[in-house]
Amino acid sequence: MVQEEGRQITVRILRGEGVKTQEVEYQVAVEPGWVVLDVVLHIQARMAPDLAVRWNCKAAKCGSCSAEVNGKPRLMCKTRLDDLDLTKPVVVHPIKTFPRIKDLVTDVSWNFEVNKKIQPFTPKKDAAFIYFQEDIDRVQEMRKCIECFLCQNVCHVLRNREQYQRFVGPRFFVRLAGLEMHPLDDADRLKQIEEDGIFLCNITKCCTHVCPEDIHITDNAIIPLKERVIDKSYSFWNWVLQPFSSK
Amino acid sequence: MSDYDPIDFDVLVVGAGGAGLRAAIEASARGLKTGLVCKSLLGKAHTVMAEGGVAAALANVDKDDNWQVHFRDTMLGGKMMNNWRMAMLHAKEAPEAVYELERWGAAFDRTEDGRILQRAFGGHKYKRLAHVGDRTGLEMIRTLQDRGVHQGIEVFMECTITHLLTDDGRVTGAFGYWRESGRFIVFRARAVVLATGGIGKMYRITSNSWEYTADGHALAYQAGAELIDMEFVQFHPTGMVWPPGVRGILVTEAVRGEGGLLRNSLNERFMQKYDPERLELSTRDLVSKSIYREVQEGRGTPHGGVWLDVSHLPADQVIKKLPSMYHQFKDLADVDITRSPMEVGPTMHYVMGGIQVDAETGASTVPGLLAAGECAGGMHGANRLGGNSLSDLLVFGKRAGAGAAEFARANSGKAGFDPEQVRKAERELLSVFEAAQGESPYDVQMTLQELMQNNVGIIREGSRLQLAIDELKKLRARAAHLCVEGSRLYNPGWHLGWDLRNMLTIAEIVARCALQREESRGAHTRLDFENTDKTKWEKLTSFARKRDGQLEIGTSSKGEMPPELKSLFA
Repeated sequence: MVQEEGRQITVRILRGEGVKTQEVEYQVAVEPGWVVLDVVLHIQARMAPDLAVRWNCKAAKCGSCSAEVNGKPRLMCKTRLDDLDLTKPVVVHPIKTFPRIKDLVTDVSWNFEVNKKIQPFTPKKDAAFIYFQEDIDRVQEMRKCIECFLCQNVCHVLRNREQYQRFVGPRFFVRLAGLEMHPLDDADRLKQIEEDGIFLCNITKCCTHVCPEDIHITDNAIIPLKERVIDKSYSFWNWVLQPFSSK
Repeated sequence: MSDYDPIDFDVLVVGAGGAGLRAAIEASARGLKTGLVCKSLLGKAHTVMAEGGVAAALANVDKDDNWQVHFRDTMLGGKMMNNWRMAMLHAKEAPEAVYELERWGAAFDRTEDGRILQRAFGGHKYKRLAHVGDRTGLEMIRTLQDRGVHQGIEVFMECTITHLLTDDGRVTGAFGYWRESGRFIVFRARAVVLATGGIGKMYRITSNSWEYTADGHALAYQAGAELIDMEFVQFHPTGMVWPPGVRGILVTEAVRGEGGLLRNSLNERFMQKYDPERLELSTRDLVSKSIYREVQEGRGTPHGGVWLDVSHLPADQVIKKLPSMYHQFKDLADVDITRSPMEVGPTMHYVMGGIQVDAETGASTVPGLLAAGECAGGMHGANRLGGNSLSDLLVFGKRAGAGAAEFARANSGKAGFDPEQVRKAERELLSVFEAAQGESPYDVQMTLQELMQNNVGIIREGSRLQLAIDELKKLRARAAHLCVEGSRLYNPGWHLGWDLRNMLTIAEIVARCALQREESRGAHTRLDFENTDKTKWEKLTSFARKRDGQLEIGTSSKGEMPPELKSLFA
């Protein structure tokens, strides 16, 4: 345990490599207005120079510093110490769903692989690119995503059931919804969306609750995508007419 | 230990912000095997933090706008120090660069008639900035990122380049380490594009992230390339000042673009004194200096800033057009900006100086080495206009990608390098683990930040610049005896130890160029030379380069503008 002078708080960080981990306790003198990331970087600079943590903007714009603070998935740069009960230790763990590399850093590369498989924006031929704000309000909501992967981290289908092969996770349904709702996009991703496991989602809204960008992931991305897939693939008339259709 | 199989690329791009991504997309689109290396995860580079917009004379809102006006604004904003060819190409090509992003899926805010909306910004005569609320950079980087990965660019995430490899004066590869494992990696490439961004982490109060450690500037310098304009460091007028944890975090210029007012503690709109015509939308150098003066003269806020106020605007408009500012102040400072003013002050934001490049191709003075974006110099002169960085990334990212592709094609023979260069790089990186005791890299960085903040900051004078140069020498001596704890596995202390070398090298160049320029111009203000010197210094560009192992600082004459461009300033 390491201690220093000033207004003290106790912080416990899960440290270690791979599966070998343990909580290490630090006594830290804090300044007004600090967020959890300030504390972690302070510990790194003064007490634990090899403490591994990801961060970039420190302003909730890049989505790098995701962690579980007192058991809650958060961006560390957006989590004020003032909002935590400082009579108890502040406990900082890495996000749980992805394999740990070291300390607070996890291997999130799976997400980048999934992203490659999504059919990109495909504009209509000779599109004039005239469209109106109300046409893209919902698209812009999806494009607010900062890829912090907190939604992936809390989704039961990934966190508990580990369906990495069958389910792309809320983040990528958000991307798919943004593409599908773009007024000039001409690709048909509905079959792919079904194969991406959209129906494995059982609408517990855990993803929505943790989204630091307040994207209504379940209501505005996943449910509309489910409806589109159902309308297209499972409508009564499709079922009746399918044997006669050439497609 | 040195038996690495080099990974071969035609074009290797270092840095995956807007410029690096756009360069890689261009090289790859031209059919060349392209690799992209970045220190962070993909999509987390500094571009993601850009807020206000991308400047391009689309004339969607103000019909009178055109490239000539944009060019003129850029040159006047840069106090005529800009490389006029770059400023011209930039103004001409920015509109197409923005439309290209739109075709790739970027969803900009719209005008009433369904086109890209544009907002006002400092130093721009017309409403010129295409934007998405106050998260334009996120929209840009995500669009480029998705375009890039679907085009087959190979991305090396969390990988740091520490050395350029050369063959007979030509850059032919790069050496670095994986941050995750600490293992080394060697690239062989026919052309290397540097797009590493800026130098902000040598200052205490900055809007820049940990990544901004002058890597590209230092890599180019060590390879023998020329750096220019390094005395010009931009302090953005509005960073957060309170509470201490958020000090320096950017408050977008879009706040003023949307009608935000600056006031001092006497409730005066002080910009009326300094720039009665443009007021809050004056250029950044002038607004920063004005804020600095108000605070120095005792008219500052309780925490040493000034007030920035949007509470007179309708609350729903503020939330719609400045959503991330609304949340940033609410979450981090307990301020509801629709009701109360923000407390703001200057924060180190951007370096105008950088690697000297050819305007058309992005080629540096070293064959095989190109540069684009913030690490390249010339485009912005003595002061960058807001919004001109995002357009710079697109225009010159594309040009550097094309330039690299052409160079790679023209030099298609096997690129090689002496393996001893790799062994030497290894030794340099590992030596810090051998020391049983020594300096903490974090301590040295903090000293560096104080030194630069206090002596090579917004207001300068000869004696303090000299002091900084002397102190930097001592700091370099301290940095030569670093001690790093732990293993090579994801070890930020080790990483910082190397980044420090880059920062110390470039910090000296900034200080020496600032000492050399005996006038005040744009972002460079000297108490001992308060006037702008239109006879001598207006015609001179500072340069820095390594010759025979030594730093050489000097000046070169600026090229003359052709008459048709000159006439725009009559």
